Amino acid sequence: MESLVETANPGVLSAAGKEEILSEATSKALHQVRETVGNPFVDNPRMTCREVNVYYGDKKAINNVSIDIARNEVIAMIGPSGCGKSTFLRCLNRMNDTVEGCRVTGDIRLDGMDIHDRNVDVVPLRARIGMVFQKPNPFPKSIYDNVAYGPKIHGLVQNKAELDEIVEGSLKKAGLWEEVRERLNQPGTGLSGGQQQRLCIARAIAVSPEMILMDEPCSALDPIATARIEELIAELREQYSIVIVTHSMQQAARVSQRTAYFHLGDLIEVGMTDRVFTNPRHQLTEDYITGRFG
Amino acid sequence: MKQPTTNPAIDKVNRGLRRRYRAERRFRICGATAIITALCFLFLLFFSIVANGYKAFQKTYIQIDVFFDPAEFANENLATANFPGLVKTSMSSLFPEVNSRGDKKELFYLVSPGASFQLMQLVKNNPNLIGQQQSVWVAANDDVDMLLKGHIDRTRPETERRVSDKQLAWLDALAADGKIKKTFNTTFFTSGDSREPELAGIWGATCGSFYTLLITLSLSFPIGVAAAVYLEEFAPKNRWTDIIEVNINNLAAVPSIVYGLLGLAVFINFFGMPRSTPVVGGLVLTLMTLPIIIIASRASLKSVPPSIREAALGIGASKMQMVAHHVLPLALPGMLTGTIIGMAHALGETAPLLMVGMVAFIVDIPHGFTDPATVLPVQIYLWSDSPERAFVEKTSAAIMVLLIFLFLMNAAAVYLRKRFEIKW
Ligand SMILES: Nc1ncnc2c1ncn2[C@@H]1O[C@H](COP(=O)(O)OP(=O)(O)OP(=O)(O)O)[C@@H](O)[C@H]1O
Ligand SMILES: [Mg+2]
Repeated sequence: MESLVETANPGVLSAAGKEEILSEATSKALHQVRETVGNPFVDNPRMTCREVNVYYGDKKAINNVSIDIARNEVIAMIGPSGCGKSTFLRCLNRMNDTVEGCRVTGDIRLDGMDIHDRNVDVVPLRARIGMVFQKPNPFPKSIYDNVAYGPKIHGLVQNKAELDEIVEGSLKKAGLWEEVRERLNQPGTGLSGGQQQRLCIARAIAVSPEMILMDEPCSALDPIATARIEELIAELREQYSIVIVTHSMQQAARVSQRTAYFHLGDLIEVGMTDRVFTNPRHQLTEDYITGRFG
Repeated sequence: MKQPTTNPAIDKVNRGLRRRYRAERRFRICGATAIITALCFLFLLFFSIVANGYKAFQKTYIQIDVFFDPAEFANENLATANFPGLVKTSMSSLFPEVNSRGDKKELFYLVSPGASFQLMQLVKNNPNLIGQQQSVWVAANDDVDMLLKGHIDRTRPETERRVSDKQLAWLDALAADGKIKKTFNTTFFTSGDSREPELAGIWGATCGSFYTLLITLSLSFPIGVAAAVYLEEFAPKNRWTDIIEVNINNLAAVPSIVYGLLGLAVFINFFGMPRSTPVVGGLVLTLMTLPIIIIASRASLKSVPPSIREAALGIGASKMQMVAHHVLPLALPGMLTGTIIGMAHALGETAPLLMVGMVAFIVDIPHGFTDPATVLPVQIYLWSDSPERAFVEKTSAAIMVLLIFLFLMNAAAVYLRKRFEIKW
């Protein structure tokens, strides 16, 4: 499997100084010795991932990834399409549990708690780790209900007034309040794409999570909406840890403190964003960010 | 049109264009022909049913003057009084010249045997009638009804028609006196089955259908939806669920009579439930409609976009909350449509009900789930089998009523779908 993928990208191999045609065994060996460049670990992490592997059926989509996520940081995950960014992101709040035939191994801890532990309930876990998806997916309900849904099911509010407050606060934080305050009862699906995405962000932060996972949140948005969301991410960092997957190197550079580069299921390089973009240490990272590949 | 170009590819495209348009035109003509043919047959069907049956909504009555002779009511018990005698006396008084026994028999034949029951009801409701003279409209016999509706040809030789020359003469005399009338046939809508066509109605069968479908609906909708939700949202996908899925699909294709045999063996012979009752019929139809409802419900669950599920789970909803709050509301219109189609199917079903004895001749209107009953399509089947000419139009009329119910159910399906549809 790996050898197939490798030879499908001969440019990568030659760029890495390897011969183009390799026996399967050699390529496997090569694959396994790929070590993460840079320091993926931090002090006092919010989340720690150790030797995480993800399989779709027999196919390995994430290979031995170890990384920490710090408190109050934005960490960007970049890499060519199909390299496993979304897959890895979905490990962090166990969304991969819902995927048929997907198996996750390794040790992932949130504040020291093993999220795969038998005693850990995914429902509160997902309340603690919010997620914003690549495609805006508001519920086909009113704008108000979209935001109010999370606090309601988790029993975070006692009465309507508190709920109103949370809805207003979340919409304000997501920078959507001014645009929708007059039409809270209209369906969330009637908003524009960018507004919908901000509504989804408001929905995620309404349950006061500790971490927010964002999978290409701006891929469907225009530059203005993108700028707003980036502003929002910068604000949210004061309270949350944010993991953002993005295809835009500029965006990664603008919003994140650290950057992780994935390639074919491997975590190739992790480092401070400035350093990764100005001085990548791994050949693959350099090829990717200089646009020679990807 | 064709423009000369320097691009050889475009020239090739242009050459092929004619052929492509011709193919499209051919396809359109085929489609239109198919639709028109289907519509013609549909129209033919409706036309023949309506033409055969519309007269059944009218009924012929004969006016007689009845003297409620106190001598006849000496006994306290009204039912013992000789009501047929009263009818006969009244008929004789209309035509005093009729004397011979044979002629009298022919004369009395003009009114329905139901006339005496009608008189009994009158006296029951108003005992003061005893000792009084009263003119009453009683139902005419079915042959008279047929004659007046033009189904019996007067010009044929006497031996070849069911109404004799004498009877014709009496009827003409009655008609000349204004003692014959045709009015809207309420009997048809208010009474149960009868051996006498003029007394037979569909209310019994309608009630039977109602109770049977009530059982079917209240069992198959919840069970079907729950099964679909479980299979689609909760069950692990493995060999067992694959086998279950294949079997459900197969069950939907099993001939319905097989369900009847199953019901006979299980519900009646094994569990000892009462034969010919809506309970058993409803259970059998439940078995039959379940696969339809499960398949339709699963299809509409499948059509709910996965992004909605992810959104709900991602915010920390439990699986049950995800299903109840987000998936079910979106899938509901499809499920309702499937259910109503299944119900319409059940409403029109005959074969399995024959097996559980709902084909019995039942005069009484059923008042519950355990009263012997029959259902509309079985009633149609029974009538279509009867030799009397009058049952032919009854059959068509009952078909019309059944079709109206089916239309109503389909309209309900459309309405519910519109009503619960969630706009995106
Ligand atoms: N549900 C699935 N079943 C099987 N294979 C999957 C599934 N989801 C993803 N994969 C495979 O896992 C690998 C990683 O996919 P993933 O979606 O994580 O990529 P990505 O980095 O997010 O790509 P993109 O940038 O295009 O979103 C791909 O090879 C993909 O084909
Ligand atoms: Mg992705």
